[in-house]
Amino acid sequence: MCLGIPGKIIKIADVEKKLAIVEISGVKRQVNISLIVNDEHPPETCVGEWVLVHVGFAMNRINEKEAAETLHLLQELASNEIC
Amino acid sequence: MKYVDEFRDPQKAEALIWQIEKLCHLLETPIKIMEVCGSHTHAIFKYGIEEILPKAIELIHGPGCPVCVMPKGRLDDAIAISQNPNVIFATFGDAMRVPGSQTTLLQAKTQGADIHTVYSPLDSLKIAKANPDKEVVFFALGFETTAPATALTILEAAAENINNFSVFCNHILVIPALQALLNHPQLQLHAFIGPGHVSTVIGTDPYQLICQQYRKPIVISGFEPLDILQSIWMLLRQLVENRCEVENQYHRLVDKAGNQTAIATMNKVFEVRENFPWRGLGQIPDSGLKIRSEYAQFDAENKFTIPNLLVADHKACQCGNILKGLVKPWECKVFGTACTPETPIGTCMVSSEGACAAYYKYNRLVRTGKNKVTT
Amino acid sequence: MNNSLLNSLWQKKEQLRHRCTQLHDTNITLAHGSGGKAMHDLITDVFVSNFDNPILWQLEDQATFDLASFLSQGDRLALTTDSYVVDPLFFPGGDIGELAVNGTVNDLAVSGAKPLYLTCSVILEEGLPVEILRRIVNSMQAAARQAGVQIVTGDTKVVHRGAADKLFINTTGIGVIPAGISISAYNIQPTDVVIVNGELGNHGTAILISRGELALETQIESDCQPLNSLVETILDVCPEIHAMRDATRGGLATVLNEFAFSSNVAIRIYEQCIPIREEVKSVCEILGLDPLYLANEGKLVVVVGRENADKVLSVMRSHPAGKNACIIGEVISSPPKIVLLKTIFGTERIVDMLVGDQLPRIC
Repeated sequence: MCLGIPGKIIKIADVEKKLAIVEISGVKRQVNISLIVNDEHPPETCVGEWVLVHVGFAMNRINEKEAAETLHLLQELASNEIC
Repeated sequence: MKYVDEFRDPQKAEALIWQIEKLCHLLETPIKIMEVCGSHTHAIFKYGIEEILPKAIELIHGPGCPVCVMPKGRLDDAIAISQNPNVIFATFGDAMRVPGSQTTLLQAKTQGADIHTVYSPLDSLKIAKANPDKEVVFFALGFETTAPATALTILEAAAENINNFSVFCNHILVIPALQALLNHPQLQLHAFIGPGHVSTVIGTDPYQLICQQYRKPIVISGFEPLDILQSIWMLLRQLVENRCEVENQYHRLVDKAGNQTAIATMNKVFEVRENFPWRGLGQIPDSGLKIRSEYAQFDAENKFTIPNLLVADHKACQCGNILKGLVKPWECKVFGTACTPETPIGTCMVSSEGACAAYYKYNRLVRTGKNKVTT
Repeated sequence: MNNSLLNSLWQKKEQLRHRCTQLHDTNITLAHGSGGKAMHDLITDVFVSNFDNPILWQLEDQATFDLASFLSQGDRLALTTDSYVVDPLFFPGGDIGELAVNGTVNDLAVSGAKPLYLTCSVILEEGLPVEILRRIVNSMQAAARQAGVQIVTGDTKVVHRGAADKLFINTTGIGVIPAGISISAYNIQPTDVVIVNGELGNHGTAILISRGELALETQIESDCQPLNSLVETILDVCPEIHAMRDATRGGLATVLNEFAFSSNVAIRIYEQCIPIREEVKSVCEILGLDPLYLANEGKLVVVVGRENADKVLSVMRSHPAGKNACIIGEVISSPPKIVLLKTIFGTERIVDMLVGDQLPRIC
């Protein structure tokens, strides 16, 4: 129901309108980052962050630590360390 | 692609399958797991996940496909709006081939309706700004993942005083749908694979009632094959250990509280409808979103006269029972004969996430036991 | 053609060039299709001067050929026609003119024919800038030169503003098939091997992006190129090719389904073997498209007996149009008329015929 793809914010296109440029494996698109910014986390701080992109909006930040932990767990399962 | 390819690693998949097999031996009974979200259904078929799971696990494909659950009457309303001579109708591509009572948006386009496919609701607002003499209507559909995007688009239209733009709102909510399913007497399920992207918005807390009230474990899952397999593994562990919890496999994007900004934005623009019709599930209370009166000027249901009829499904159509997981697509009498992707009778055959379309497109050959391809 | 005839034709050409007025109009008008001087000037200044060959300079109503010249090159004629209506007219990696030549050249080439001559019929929308038309005709000539074909006759029509989308082109091509070559979708046998000459989906993606509505930015370019030289190279080492097609509209999946249907076989392809550029994969993930159905304009699907696969692959890789050639699958006996994809997980699914156009989706 929800096609979403991870992308990296490479530039802020418009601070006031909360628009950023996201890159997904060489493909760039402008996305609206209203859903992931606030006073503690203004647009300028988003450059370099990975986000989930859905219908032209950044939905959430990808937690890189959690992603690494999930992969680590899967690797442990593959090495048979967890039963 | 980062955060995608790593979660498609075949070696890790093999390891997960082995772990799943061990747990199946411990359980000793067949297990029925429903994936709620249509994008999970699509991924399951794209990667042939059913084929590599042990025979003891049956995947049941649920109603989390907003196109599949779109009732004919609402499609008729959308088509009626699009046929207004001064209207530019903007829609996601998914809706173009969905059959209404008489026709589809695609056919209406060939007959002269000015219909554009868009990737984002913001693109429809751009069209409105570029065509001030036309009325632009955006066909909003989808669950809580997509509703915030529509809400933000309406807020932007309001801020910029765009008066030739409106939204035909058909956003629906996941939890009421799950409750409606679970209230059905014939439904037999052990567990749920929960919708990952809806949960980026609503968080994991709302699913607690599924566990508490209905005693079904649920794992919120990402959409890559390893995510789905890991979620199945986590569900089986719960069943083996007699636990019934909401667990989160999709940690990298989902947390307990969800996205508070998205929730607040949705609440600002939308209110919950008392009832909303779902194909195959009937009227479900508190399950649909409506645009609040403060934004009435952006509500297409105010601007346009629409038929607003409840239209029954075709008699032969089993989409309702398929969406509830009571019937398999190939058990429907018209599957693959009168109802094909080319001549769909029901929405499950039209949508790329529909169970019928998936079985027909990917896996319709003679089955021996468990969807094995005979060669 | 003997020397005195050639001299006479070139003299005629020079006379015509002196008589022909250069076209100064900035936009196409209905007069350019009405048969009078405006049309004559358009044809000679834009088309004939560019395509520039002795047959065309005769300015007859038809092109004529000495049959003996065909018979010396083969024992069958191949004839094909195609119309080109692509929007936008200019896209990364090519334009409608290049497409109109290469598309028809390739349809001839995949039969094993040596493409020789093309026609060029255009339908122009009133108001089309002449400069646009010149650019496109220049592209056609450059493509024709690269492919080694001549554009020898044509037609020009102009319709009212709104009755056509800027410009439509039809090209019909004729070629000669050498004796002993028999390539057909009906020849495919179990154990045959399927080879493609490079990355798939570039053209379809480039067109989609260049329309601008999706607001995606990429470096992807169309793969538009003539394939006749590559085909000739293949047939030189292996005249016994079973089947060949260029994977245009509907992509690889459509060609393979057509092959499976015609020869009543199954074709199994391997996901990890199919060459697709990262950006194309990315666009497909964003929009929910399947790259197997995206159009190509310079990609060949070759089906060859297993015993010849290595040498065909090797010779393809030695040619500029085939340097990324690879084996992507094999032919099996059943289930008949079905194309199967073996995923990276080792599971199998059907690759069905496309129903309608692929549309971007959010679900």
